[in-house]
Formats: sequence, C-alpha cells, structure tokens
Amino acid sequence: MSNGRHLAPRPGFVLDVDRNSPPIVFHHGEGFRLEKLPAGRSRVIYPAEPLEGLPDPDGAIRDALLNPIGDSAPLPALLRPDMKLTIAFDDISLPLPPMRRPDIRQRVIETVLDMAAEAGVDDVHLIAALAVHRRMTEDELRHAVGDRVYDAFAPRGLLYNHDAEDPDGMVVLGETPHGEAVQFNRRAAESDLVVYVNINLVAMDGGHKSTATGLTGYTSLRHNHNVHTMLNSTSFMDQDGSALHASNWRMGKVLRDAGVRIFQVETTVNNDTFGREGPLSMLQKREWEWSARDRASFLAMQNGLKVLPTRVKREIFSKWRAPYELTSVQAGEIEAVHEVTTANVYRQHLVPVEGQTDILTMGLPYICPYNVNSIMNPILVMCLGLGYFFNLYRGRPLVRKGGVVIISHPTPWEFNPVHHPSYIDFFEQVLADTTDPAEIERKYEKQFAEDEWYIHLYRNSYAYHGVHPFYMWYWGAHALDHVARVIVVGGNTPAVRRLGFQPASTLADALEMASDVVGPQPTITHIKNPPLLMADVT
Amino acid sequence: MIADSLAGRRIAVTGSTGFLGTALVERLLRSVPDCELVLVVRPGRRGARRRVDRDILRNDAFDRLRDELGTDGFAEMTAQRVTAVAGDVAVDGLGLDDAGRAAIAGCDIFIHSAAIVSFDSPLDQAVEVNLLGPVRVASVLTELGVAPHLVAVSTCYVAGSRRGAAPEEPVDESPFFVGVDWSNEVDSARQIRRDTETASRSPERLTDFRDEAHDELGAAGVPALASKTEQLRSRWVDDRMAEAGRARATSLGFPDAYAYTKALGEMALVETAGEIPVSIVRPSIIESALAEPSPGWIRGFRMAEPVIISYARGLLKEFPGVPEGTIDIIPVDFVVAAICAVAARGPVDGPDIVQVASGSVNPLRYGHLVDMVRAWFTDHPIYDDRGQPISVPEWSFPGRGRVKRQLERTGTVLEKAQKVIDALPVRGSRAELAVRLEEQRGLIERAMGYVDLYGAYAECEAVYLLDRLLALWESLDPDDREAFCFDPRVLDWDHYAPEIHLPSVVRAGRVPMRPPARGAESRSTRLRRQVLSPDRQMAVFDLENTLIASNVVATYAWLGSRRLSGRDRLRLVLKTVMEGPTLLALDRRDRSDFLRHFYRRYEGAPVDVISEDAAEHFSDLILARSFPAGIRRVREHRDLGHRTLLITGALDFVVEPLRPLFDDIVSSVLGTDGSTYDGRMRTAPPTGEARYQALVDYADLHGLDLRESVAYADSASDLPMLEAVGFPVAVNPETRLASIANKRGWLVEDFAKSPGMTSRLLPLAPAGRSA
Repeated sequence: MSNGRHLAPRPGFVLDVDRNSPPIVFHHGEGFRLEKLPAGRSRVIYPAEPLEGLPDPDGAIRDALLNPIGDSAPLPALLRPDMKLTIAFDDISLPLPPMRRPDIRQRVIETVLDMAAEAGVDDVHLIAALAVHRRMTEDELRHAVGDRVYDAFAPRGLLYNHDAEDPDGMVVLGETPHGEAVQFNRRAAESDLVVYVNINLVAMDGGHKSTATGLTGYTSLRHNHNVHTMLNSTSFMDQDGSALHASNWRMGKVLRDAGVRIFQVETTVNNDTFGREGPLSMLQKREWEWSARDRASFLAMQNGLKVLPTRVKREIFSKWRAPYELTSVQAGEIEAVHEVTTANVYRQHLVPVEGQTDILTMGLPYICPYNVNSIMNPILVMCLGLGYFFNLYRGRPLVRKGGVVIISHPTPWEFNPVHHPSYIDFFEQVLADTTDPAEIERKYEKQFAEDEWYIHLYRNSYAYHGVHPFYMWYWGAHALDHVARVIVVGGNTPAVRRLGFQPASTLADALEMASDVVGPQPTITHIKNPPLLMADVT
Repeated sequence: MIADSLAGRRIAVTGSTGFLGTALVERLLRSVPDCELVLVVRPGRRGARRRVDRDILRNDAFDRLRDELGTDGFAEMTAQRVTAVAGDVAVDGLGLDDAGRAAIAGCDIFIHSAAIVSFDSPLDQAVEVNLLGPVRVASVLTELGVAPHLVAVSTCYVAGSRRGAAPEEPVDESPFFVGVDWSNEVDSARQIRRDTETASRSPERLTDFRDEAHDELGAAGVPALASKTEQLRSRWVDDRMAEAGRARATSLGFPDAYAYTKALGEMALVETAGEIPVSIVRPSIIESALAEPSPGWIRGFRMAEPVIISYARGLLKEFPGVPEGTIDIIPVDFVVAAICAVAARGPVDGPDIVQVASGSVNPLRYGHLVDMVRAWFTDHPIYDDRGQPISVPEWSFPGRGRVKRQLERTGTVLEKAQKVIDALPVRGSRAELAVRLEEQRGLIERAMGYVDLYGAYAECEAVYLLDRLLALWESLDPDDREAFCFDPRVLDWDHYAPEIHLPSVVRAGRVPMRPPARGAESRSTRLRRQVLSPDRQMAVFDLENTLIASNVVATYAWLGSRRLSGRDRLRLVLKTVMEGPTLLALDRRDRSDFLRHFYRRYEGAPVDVISEDAAEHFSDLILARSFPAGIRRVREHRDLGHRTLLITGALDFVVEPLRPLFDDIVSSVLGTDGSTYDGRMRTAPPTGEARYQALVDYADLHGLDLRESVAYADSASDLPMLEAVGFPVAVNPETRLASIANKRGWLVEDFAKSPGMTSRLLPLAPAGRSA
C-alpha cells in the first residue's frame, strides 16, 4: 500500500477526525510536531498523491516547442541568424524545494539553445527573471541552467541576473488603461524574441506574471504589489478572482502592443516533494498508512532533530532536493499556454472541500520562496502562513470570516543579513511601530523602496530589494483582513508578538486561546501542506 | 555681644572655599551685619572674584541669606561686603599682588582656615600648606607692618595618637611630644620630593610605567601612551610621597601626615608670629551642621561619609574600632561659632588655644554610633543597580589588622580573577564582567584605604579637654549663646545622627534611596538620544568589531583561498590560522606595524582578480558577519544629516563596497605597479594616533566641530579617536575599553551579528571557479 508507484495516484482527501484517528504530523520549521486534533469537529485536508511524470521529458519539451498552442508559430520558425534572442527563466524561488538535477529549466533551455544554434542565432542572452528578488549565486545558476549552459554563457557576460535598478537596463514601455506604468528589462524589450522558461509550481505562477513581474521593477510592481490589490485578490492563487493577475494581464497586453514578442514555455511538476522512497517519504503518506519502518524512521528523525542545533538542521534540510517530475509542458502564446498549465496544476493540487470552519491550522515547513539557502525569518513565516497557505483556496477561504488561524512554526528571531538586510530593519523599525499593512504601506514603503543602501545591496550583493519585506507583509493582507486572530504555536515569543500575533506553547493552548474569539467547540480544518494542495472550497 | 564686637571690622579669611570656611563666611555675613570680609582664594583660571561667586556664594549654605535678602539684595550686599583677593598659602608671600596686600593690610582680624585636610596627601604638599601656610601668613602680616588678631584653625589630633587627657596646650609642651625641628622637617620633605622625582625617572621605572600604560591602553599609539606614561609616573611619585608622609607621621606618634603637619604648623606659627597676636582653634572631626545655616548642611564628601556609605552599600562589612571608644565629632556650626567667639573676644596673653570637641563632656561611643547607623540604614536602605535594597551587615568591632587581612584576601582573589579575564579576548557583554570585577576591586581598595586612613581615628582614645572653650562659653551673654552656640553638652546624639547627619550624608553622597522609577529613561537611552541628536555634525566609525565581526587576517585567508583548490586552500587557511597567536601579539603591540607586516602578503597579487573577488568577499564575509544594528546606526546618522566617515586599517578594495554607507572612507592603500600589488602601504595606516590625525584633518577640512561629533570604536587602541570627539561610543568593547568607558560614562553599544548567523570555522571562500 505504501508504494503508490504501481497504482494509480489517489486524489486528495478530507479526513474527518474521530477518536481513532492517529496524531497528525505538522511541519514545524526544521522539525515536526505530532498533534492530536479534537475528534468530531476537526478535519484534515490531505494532498493528492504525486501524479506520474512524463516518461520522456526531453521529447515532450521538444514536442511542445515544435507544436505551440495558440497564435504562435513553432519555435524554429521564429528563429533567424541575425536576431536578438533572450531566454528568461524563473529564479531560485521555484520550485520549492529546489529539484534534483537536471532542473527542468536546464532541459528546456538546452533544447531552445539547440534550436537557436541550428537556426544560426548568435546574439543570445539568458536572464534570471527575478524582479526584486535577490541575485542568484553562481552555484544556484549552475543548478538551474546546468554547467554546460553556464560555462558557455556566463563567462562572456551573456547569462546574468535581471537588475531592476540598472538605470540603463530598464525601460518604460507604456501604461495600462488603469494608469499602471509598464517597466521592462531593456534587453528583453529590444530583443526580437523572448523565450520565457517557467516552472509552474502553484497556480499563482506563470502566464503574463512570468514576464510582467519577473522582468520588471519597482516602477511597475507598486501598481499590483500593494495592499489594495491584495485585499481584492480572493485569492491570488485563483487567477479568476485575483486583482494581482488582472493587473499582470493588463501589463501583458501593453507589452504585446509595444511589440515585445514572447514565446512562453510553461511546465508543471507533480507534488513528489519528499520522494516515494527515502528518508522523508513518510511525510507524504497518510499517517494511518505508515508502515513500521515509516514510524521508526520518523521517530529516529524526531530524536535526531531534537539534539541538533538549528544551524545544522537548516543545513541538512537545505540540502534536500525534491524528486519532482515533469507532468506537462506547453509552449506558444502566453494566455493559451497558461490555460492548459493551470488545468495541469489543478489536476495535481485541487482537493474539493465542503464549507468553512472556525479555525484553520497549518504547519509551516522550513522553506518558502524567499529563503532558499537562507533563514526563514519571522516576516517570511507570516508570508508563508497568511500569504501562501491561507490563499491556497479556490472559492472561499477554508476559515470563516472572523475565524482564527493557528500556525505552527518555531519563528526564530533570526535573519540572514546578506539576503534580507531590509527585512531586519523592517522588523526592528517598521513592525515595532505598526503591523497594519495599509499604514505600513503609507508610512514606510517609499522610503525603503528608494533607499540607496538597499538598492546597492540588491544590485551588488545578494539582497532582496528594500521593498521586498513590504510585499511579504501585503501578501498576508487578505488573511489579516479576513481572520480575527492569528496564533503561533511553538514560536519565539517576542518575535511572534512583534508580528502582532499571539504566542502559544502547544496546540491545545492555542485552541483554548482561540475559543475567546470563536467560542467553545469550534470546528477546525488542518491544511496538510506540503506536499502542495489547493482547497476547492464550496 | 559677639556681633557688636565684630561689627565694622574687616576680617580676612583663607580656606573659604572649604567646608568650614564656607560656613564661617556665611555666618559672618548673616550674623555680623556690619563686618567686611576679605577672602583670600586661589584664583584658578577664572580669577578670584569669579571663584568667590561661583565656589562660595552660590553654595546652598547661602540659601537662607539669599531668601532673606532676595537675589538682588544678596548680590548687592556681597558686592559691598566681600572683597576677593587672589592668593595661595602654598606660595611665599601668599602670592599677593599690591591690591591684595593693601586689602589685607587693612584687616583687623585674620582667620586662617586653609589646609589640606586629605589624610593621604603627599608629604611635601601637606608640609607646604599645613606647616608653612601659617608661617607665610604671619610673615606677610609682619612685612606689611600690621598685627591683626590671627585666628588659626588647627585640629585636636595634633595631640597625637595617645590615650587619655589631651589638654588645650601648645604641642611642644605635651609630655608625649618628640622634639623635632620644623624647618628640618620642611627641608627633608622637599628633599624626599626631589629624590622621588629622580627615582621615578630612572630608565627601569620609566620602562615599567610604559609597560603599564601599554597594558592599560593597548596599542593606542605613541602620543596616547606617552601621556598615560607620564600620568602614571606622576601618580607613582605622589603615592610615594603620601607613603612618606604616613611613615614620618607614624614615626613621630601622629595618626597621619595631616595631624603631623598641623602640629608642626602650630609650633612654627607660634615661633614666627612675633608681634602678631595668635589664637589657635582646634576642632575634632567636623561633621554636618546641627542648625546653622540649616540642619544637616554639609559641603563635600568628607571623612566619615565615604565610610558610612561604603558600609550602607554592603562593601565595608567591618570597620576597626572599639565599641566603647569615643568617636569625637563636632558639628560645623559649633566650630564656626567658637571661631567667631574667639575672634570677638580678641587676643589674650600667652598661648591661646581653644579645642572644639565633644568627647570629654558628651562622648559619642563608637558602638552607639554603629548601632544608630545600622538601624537607620535598615529603615532607609540604599538600592543597588538592579533596584534591590541592600541590607547592612552586622558589625563585630574587629581589630584593624583583621579587617585589613580580610579585605586584602578578597582583593587578591579579585585581582587574580581580573588578570585572567584581562588575558582573555572577551568583548561586549562578557567584557562587562571584567568591568564589574574591576569596580569591585576598586571598591575593596578604597575600603582598604579607609581602614588605613581612618582606622586610627576610630581607635583613638585621646580625650580632648575643653577648659578654655567652656570658659569662653560661660563668658557669653544669653543672646550670644542663642546665636552662636558651641556648647557640645547640648548635643543629643540620638537626634543628631539619625535625624540630621545620616540624611545629609546620603544626600551629599547622591546614593539611590529608592528603587529606580518604572519607565524612567535609562542612562543608555539618554546617551543614545544625545548621540542621535540632530545637533551632531559627524559620526565616525571603526570597521572591525564595530560594524563587522571580522578582521584583516580573515579577509586575507578568504581572498587568498578563493582561487586555490582542494588541499592548497586548506593549507593556506590553516597556515594563516596557525599564525594567529603571533599575529595577535604583534597586533596588540603596535597595530600599524602589524598591518605593514601583514599586508606584505599581498605582494604580487593581481589587481583585477582581487577587485573581482572583493565583490564576493563583500557578501560572503563582510555582510554575513556584519552587525545589522551597527549598519542601521550608520544609516540613522546619515538620515539625521550627520556626515558619516569610516576610518579603518582595512584595505581600500575590501571596504570599497561599503562606500554607499558613508560620505567618506579613510582606509589603508597598497601600492601597485598597475597590474599587481607590491605589498607596501602607500601611506601610514589609519590606526591609533594616525586615525586620530586623520579624523582631525578631516574635521578641519570640512569645517566640522569634533566636540559635536560621535565616534564608534571597539578597542582601547582607538582611544585617541574616541577622546577627540564630544560623544564617544564604545562598541562591543574589549575589557580595557569597557573599563575606560565605564569610568568615563560613555555610551556602550552591543552590536551583534545577526542572530542565526554562525561563523564558519575557517574563513574559506566558496571555491571560486577561475574563469
């Protein structure tokens, strides 16, 4: 039963907790908690089992490039010798955790480059489309594109990170009818063709967002990365209900009208995050189906993690490479491509759920899109919980308006000063003043966004842009608006309080505290994520 | 009537800035409405008049008078009645100018109250003031051809450390007096000073002082070390002289140099007074006022006060003395009244000596005093740093030897602990421990000093007879007795000690008598606010251990290993790390020598490779080990419009990426032939005094006021720079700087690496793939 490889993968599942239900494994940073949820009024949403990967990924990629979707010629027909070609690709934030080699981007880029070489294209640039994320290091770039591509392009300065603050490297191409300036990477804007290589891990990714966000800067981002947009994105994981996506789609049209030609390559992966075999495989099994071996290795892991210092645990987990498999690849015109992609994402992630509950519980893992090879600081805890996990719904949130979110994460008061310098100041100065997203936006955003030191660090070191912590906070704005209270179990007390949340040492305490708001005997939903799932709430 | 007989007189007073002198001036101005005063004061920098205004008339002793007359009336009255004369009793001729001499020549009474009352002053200084002072006064008066009534203030303790009755008789008439010639004593004291000065300048001694200065300051640069060395030498001489004073005094049967020089001073005065009529007033231990000018009034922190406060703080667990012994205390207003009475009565024939004391007629037993002190501090405890009341110890009246041995033992243990800690490379909060140890040791040393100095007084069993004083008292009419009370028999110790003296002692000692108010601003917050005031003009920063936890050696190992592979990398780093202790020692001796020596290693390094690698080094070493709070502080200064300056011994290419943080950077620069570095420094590295000079030059160039500037540094070798600015900040100070910062009340900041960032064991660069 435990080895699902030979059986058809089972869909997601909602467990109604009764007295016989085993304790549930909660992710808890670089560790885990076993939690017993109250019987009779709790449910646990389990993700679907990993879909089978495509048997011949390289063949599938080639096939997609030759048989595009929508209004697009096959890639080879778009290539000619004297052209300027730019290949832009998703950055370190995708997929999570980083996948085993070869990375999908490497496969796609190598195929695209083969076709470009066949067509005699000389002028090729490769750009990591990281918007205001941190620059990728040499090792990270090598992992994404492969050593062969790296060694052929990087030394000649043809493979590099997007720089949204390079005054000569950015250009404004126009404005949407809503008055949103559309700023774009100059090299991409001046190319005859941009091939965008995407990995669509969650439903938020891809589409026009790849280019209109990935290759832009603060001038454009401020129009859709703000509190107003987030309060009107219900959720930003659901393109149909997302003001964020509407803005990106409007910007995409401006790009198209300005003559930017984009050949979009989108891929989806299954949710085989922890492996069907191996030391973490029990994390994607349902607890009552654990074998004796699963139980033993979980116990051993728990005991090991108990004695290890955080630094070591962080190092161990950050070395984990997910055995993700390609489940679909489609190329061509952006919107047509993205529709197919989204369907493929939903095929893996969607779990039908009936109705809302008073409380939503979640166990946050060690990683989020912005702390790959880094520290998950308290602001990222907020973003992962209230931004990502809360918004992994279609229809309506899993928790009712005025309900409570309970997060399990150690939430250490720790920061990586290289990657997150502006986060430190945001935490020490901004959050010490207020946690209200609108007030934060009004009082502090501009100052941080235009700060020369942060810009210097973003451009020359490996720092997220000065404005990035604000976006993290806005990502949670919808949840903050929706729920009445947020409680963090097992977190660093001062750090949790600084976030404006309430600390609790156990889940039982947290439920007790929540009863102030939602009354006794509340209903509870636990979203058992990752492996990734998205609740389709009716 | 005292007031009547002094009315219209001109009275000269020396020592009017002292405790007794101030009270005397106040009483004369208030109670003798028509007299005029000529105050002989050392002029200092401001001149005699300013000194009288600031140091005497502004004292709270005059509050009563000022209230009666109003501020303007008081100013008018003092302008009319008080003449300030610049003079110094330690100088022949009193250092008077013509106007001063004229003012003194017109006086009817001369009250000589100037003295060095410190019990541990250097022998020659005590001799110049206490012994020769009265002689000089007498000789000036003689030269001027005048003979006013000279009232000289002495002390009961001229009787020496004897048991039993000590009558009001001349020193040399006492059967216990060892006959010595005062002028010989003067000559030999001066000779000892000359010899000691010479001895202090011997090469061996000077080397010792220099080593000691280096121990204290580290590699602070030549000028700072030189000035510290001279300070140590001069302190050494003074210590030797104080020791010489104690030794000589003890050898002649006096408790200390004060009593000894005062005794010889009396003899010398009587011998040289000639026609001048002399009266000598001998008070015992003068303490706070019973009633005049206000109950409990006291000036300065005197003999018994530090002992009492040390006890209340729990430091002095025991103090020598016998419980049934007498502790001879007399309130200051009694002494003032007695002086006034003597002056008003005028000269008498024969030796005129009046003792003002309490022991013979109204003794305060030592045991009784201790009980009162203990009871009072039990009811009114002092609070410690953490806001906890301190409970006072039981007193067992041990002998002096036992107390000293106990204190010595504790002192030795603390000293050893401190030596151990000093030798460890600790910083920041751990260095605080060293500071605390040092404080404790300082307190023990002081307590030991009290035992040394004052133990003799608590053990003194002499009884000072008061025949003349009481006779004088009997001669007064009732109004005078009311206005000028000096009858020690009226003192009620059970009232005086707890109701008057002890409250006054804790007020004067400014000790915390209640727990700190909640929400009150801490000292650090206050200092930080000053540092971050918009009025500041510049903020200058050191780099290593102030803004980042790294150093030039780690940088070198990182840059050096970046282009090496495998075993070579490890070998380079290990080699550099192994050299650590040697390098550290060199660094401690002289920072600029160390840098010169160390930077040689860059010889032959290609400029373009280094510049490319320095960019990675910035992220991987500098930022990863940076102190976010420090970086934030730099930015706060910039936001406030302060000019920010980085002065560091690190190399220019290393700190170049930090440029956007600062308005300017002063760093070390290596020479180059265009493509490779030659390993030689182009200019002196900005460390120690060169750093100070760079700061001064920079401030000059940009017209910035260093007194309005802030400097951040971590090491005592940065002292010249820290001392140059008005607002020094010690960041994660190592023990030496922590102790200096603590003593001088500087802001201390604990800037730490970002929590969660642990340093790698070896400063290895991530393997660079050479392109």
